[in-house]
Amino acid sequence: MLRLEPRTETKTLIQALAPAAAVLITMVVGGLLFAALGKNPFEAIHTIFIAPLFDPYSRTELLIKASPLILIALGLSFGFRAGIWNIGAEGQYVMGGLAGSAVALAFWNVEGAWLLPLMAVAGIAGGAAWAMIPAFLKIRFNANEILVSLMLVYVATLFLSAMVSGPLRDPDGFNFPQSRLFHDSARLPILMEGTRVHVGIIVTMVAVLAAQIFLTRHLFGFNVRLLGQAPRAAAFSGVNAKRLTVICLGLSGAMAGLAGLFEVAGPIGQLQPSLPVGYGFTAIIVAFLGRLSPVGILFAGMVMALTYIGGETAQFALGIPSAAISVFQGLLLFILLAVDLLTRYRVRFVRRGEV
Amino acid sequence: MDLSVVDPVALFVGLVAAATPLLFAAIGELVVEKSGVLNLGVEGMMIVGAICGFATAVKTGSPALGFVAGAAGGCVLSLIFGVMTQYLLSNQVATGLALTLFGLGISALIGQPFTGVKSPTMARLEIPVLSEIPLLGRLFFSYDIVIYLGIALVAAVWWFLKFTRRGLVLRAVGENHDAAHSLGYSVVAIRLAAIAFGGACAGLGGAYLSLARVPQWTEGMTAGAGWIALAIVVFSAWRPWRVLLGAWLFGGVTILQLNLQASGFLSWLQSLGIPAQAQYLSMTPYLITIAVLVVISADGSKARSNAPASLGRTFTGSG
Amino acid sequence: MRLVNTFAAAALATGLASAAFAQDPTKVGFIYVGPVGDFGWTYEHDQGRLAVIEEFGDAVETTFVESVPEGADAERVLRQMAQSGHDLIFTTSFGYMNQTMNVAKQFPDVKFEHATGYQRADNVSTYSARFYEGRHVIGLIAGGMTESNIVGYIGSFPIPEVIRGINSAYLAAKSVNPDVQFKVVWSNTWFDPALEADAAKTLIEQGADVLMQHTDSTAPMTIAEEEGIIAFGQASDQSSFGPNAQMTAIMDDWAPYYVSRVQAVMDGTWESTDTWGGIDSGMVAFADFSDKIPADLAEQAKAAADAIAAGELHPFTGPINKQDGSPWLAEGETADDGTLLGMNFYVEGIEGVIPN
Repeated sequence: MLRLEPRTETKTLIQALAPAAAVLITMVVGGLLFAALGKNPFEAIHTIFIAPLFDPYSRTELLIKASPLILIALGLSFGFRAGIWNIGAEGQYVMGGLAGSAVALAFWNVEGAWLLPLMAVAGIAGGAAWAMIPAFLKIRFNANEILVSLMLVYVATLFLSAMVSGPLRDPDGFNFPQSRLFHDSARLPILMEGTRVHVGIIVTMVAVLAAQIFLTRHLFGFNVRLLGQAPRAAAFSGVNAKRLTVICLGLSGAMAGLAGLFEVAGPIGQLQPSLPVGYGFTAIIVAFLGRLSPVGILFAGMVMALTYIGGETAQFALGIPSAAISVFQGLLLFILLAVDLLTRYRVRFVRRGEV
Repeated sequence: MDLSVVDPVALFVGLVAAATPLLFAAIGELVVEKSGVLNLGVEGMMIVGAICGFATAVKTGSPALGFVAGAAGGCVLSLIFGVMTQYLLSNQVATGLALTLFGLGISALIGQPFTGVKSPTMARLEIPVLSEIPLLGRLFFSYDIVIYLGIALVAAVWWFLKFTRRGLVLRAVGENHDAAHSLGYSVVAIRLAAIAFGGACAGLGGAYLSLARVPQWTEGMTAGAGWIALAIVVFSAWRPWRVLLGAWLFGGVTILQLNLQASGFLSWLQSLGIPAQAQYLSMTPYLITIAVLVVISADGSKARSNAPASLGRTFTGSG
Repeated sequence: MRLVNTFAAAALATGLASAAFAQDPTKVGFIYVGPVGDFGWTYEHDQGRLAVIEEFGDAVETTFVESVPEGADAERVLRQMAQSGHDLIFTTSFGYMNQTMNVAKQFPDVKFEHATGYQRADNVSTYSARFYEGRHVIGLIAGGMTESNIVGYIGSFPIPEVIRGINSAYLAAKSVNPDVQFKVVWSNTWFDPALEADAAKTLIEQGADVLMQHTDSTAPMTIAEEEGIIAFGQASDQSSFGPNAQMTAIMDDWAPYYVSRVQAVMDGTWESTDTWGGIDSGMVAFADFSDKIPADLAEQAKAAADAIAAGELHPFTGPINKQDGSPWLAEGETADDGTLLGMNFYVEGIEGVIPN
């Protein structure tokens, strides 16, 4: 009989090899899937996993697609370490984008370098405020934050829909439910001519670095981990669980809100009802795939983005239906999550009865 | 505006039908959560149930077999989640989300040949005599058999959890898996069974969508119903009969919203300058759910006895 | 190592494969907002794509990406398509407008065709269909056949396209039945089968015995069939879902337009144009009329369709007042395209307020 035992020490080699092994297994299983659909498996895998890495434009797009995932996942990872489950980042992302857009539209056609920072503040505030609702209900009424934050995703999405078909609708847009196009002062500056690489990506990268330092070098990082692993010990050592709840939820909400703002002020350039495309949920997976470590999240976000971008190319280059792409992504996630087990536990044979 | 055209009986009949897919998915998820597992893949299991049910009904000509296949499809998908989270100890939140992604994709792949195909229709169960009673007949005896099955399932789950030994064990596992383990219960086996049951129920709910409520197959046809089912479980405070109430509430708001629009009521409010967009009305069940959650959580003793304490936590078996 | 070699070989094979096509076929791309299996809007565009293949065979290579959200992703997909050697790209949803314009600016040699939008450039054409002409014809049938005098209408979003359809159908219905009344329900989505089914049921419960829809799923037709009332197909011939219920359907037939535009690219005669095709162009077509339509009514509806096609009849011909009673079109005056494109008011007789 097989038995799992927690590893007492984490081996860096296994930690590094496990995701690579998972990607290889996914390539084989995915290849079989594509072969079953009558497509050339090698071409398909090459298009999805490898080609985007060698095309300069796709590389920039990888950053653009991964950036919101990474930013949101980073914010979530603090809470997840502390055992605080914010799964409503999608709603906070929407509220951040909405608040930032409201500022942009209020100052429509007003030029000024102050506008973008103001929008960023509004985005952060919008996301954080939305996350404060589950935080407040948790510390005041002990309401489960998983469920409250999930409910608020739907409220936020419906609110966005009401706003873009009401007060924020483009007055010259023939009643289509979307806002005006933002003017130049309200758009994120582009870093590389001819691409869509915007300032937000730098912010994301800085956030990865900052989070890494924060978690390893700062008392806050220690407290966060302590609360998640041993809540009672945390209480004894003077960690204020309520304050930490507010900070963790607020932080994740703020980062999700900022990601939402980057999306509307960056690649989209206006407020659309289709703003929520699931980044808030995908980021949860990214956070776990990255094992809640900032650098891990960076890689996990890039891998997810790779499958999205490669998947689009595979659709028009090879005629693979989008359904097959999402099956493939699901497989990749399953295998990554399963293989991750080997980094935390080791498998040992035991005789029956010896428990 | 003419509110008299809104027939309360028709409204009720409509909401019961609209609520049924939600009811199935939610009652299944309730059992899963009672065992201490949070499966966020309800949407994926529902849509796989919808296509398995539809495809089988078309191929065999039998809606009944379709429902069986829908349940089986949801069940098989849920076992992926079960094996991942129970044996491979993967994180439940992440695995559940991946399950939804996978389910939406695989259902679309299976469903490609079935787009634009008509399913065999299900005969409505007109209970003789009873369904002819004025008012009451329409209110209580005018539905298809699956709706009654759904309500019976709620009763069965209620009875199982409250009065049977196995139900007690299941709740114990959800409450404190380490304690249940040391008492000699197989936490993993019990949870796997609960997950499979939840998958079958979600599959049934999906099959009801594609075989009775809409009835047809289109990609992505669940359109978020699985997420609403998750909300209903919370709304119910993990009590089976309240799941029924919650499903009717969520189904009811949709139907009411449409009725108020069709009768011109929303238009009338808007003409008074009140922003009575349908979106605001659609928000209400979620807000009510949060309010309910706050009320039950604020009362500490009640919350403890109902919300499974081990919900979402990984059981490693190493004690 | 083996695996790495295999991938290298695969990469090489891909390269060779593309080099083998010395005589490049014209490459035509499509970007869809929904899945090709929606049996509505996207399905019809994909039928147009298939017609292009049928017409040109090996001389053309078509590609598509489905279910692309309107937003950041659309621009990337368009750009990747433009970069990978497409000659002509059809962007088949209104929400792709800004993305189409952005990418077109960067790829002046690639031709773009944007459906239902209002912005053009030297390499961006727009095209849309005058569905309101079709709605006039089904409005006549609806007005003539309703017994309860209540027509249920499921709208998606209160945009001019949809409002135009409601007005056109209402005016036609009223011309044959002065007592007809329209009940409009907004779904705030293009595609949600369960919600559309519920909307259909609600309208039927509130007395509608004829259903029209401006949403994309076939659910309302299925409900109409179940409840034994009549309905009109949207975008596609939906008779398989409502063999008894469907009186006819307004079909979006993009095939002739797509074929002609691909031909123009091949001939080097493509120019940026704004096409708003009606019944005469074949873009708006009808499914077979049901034999349940009384013969004289069917005759009248067909005559109206012919007259519209011949340019003898305009669905918006005065006198028409706006909902508030203020005059819009004088006796004999017809609506200009500008007003129609921006239509944001109901005509006199329709109850309710356009939500905003």
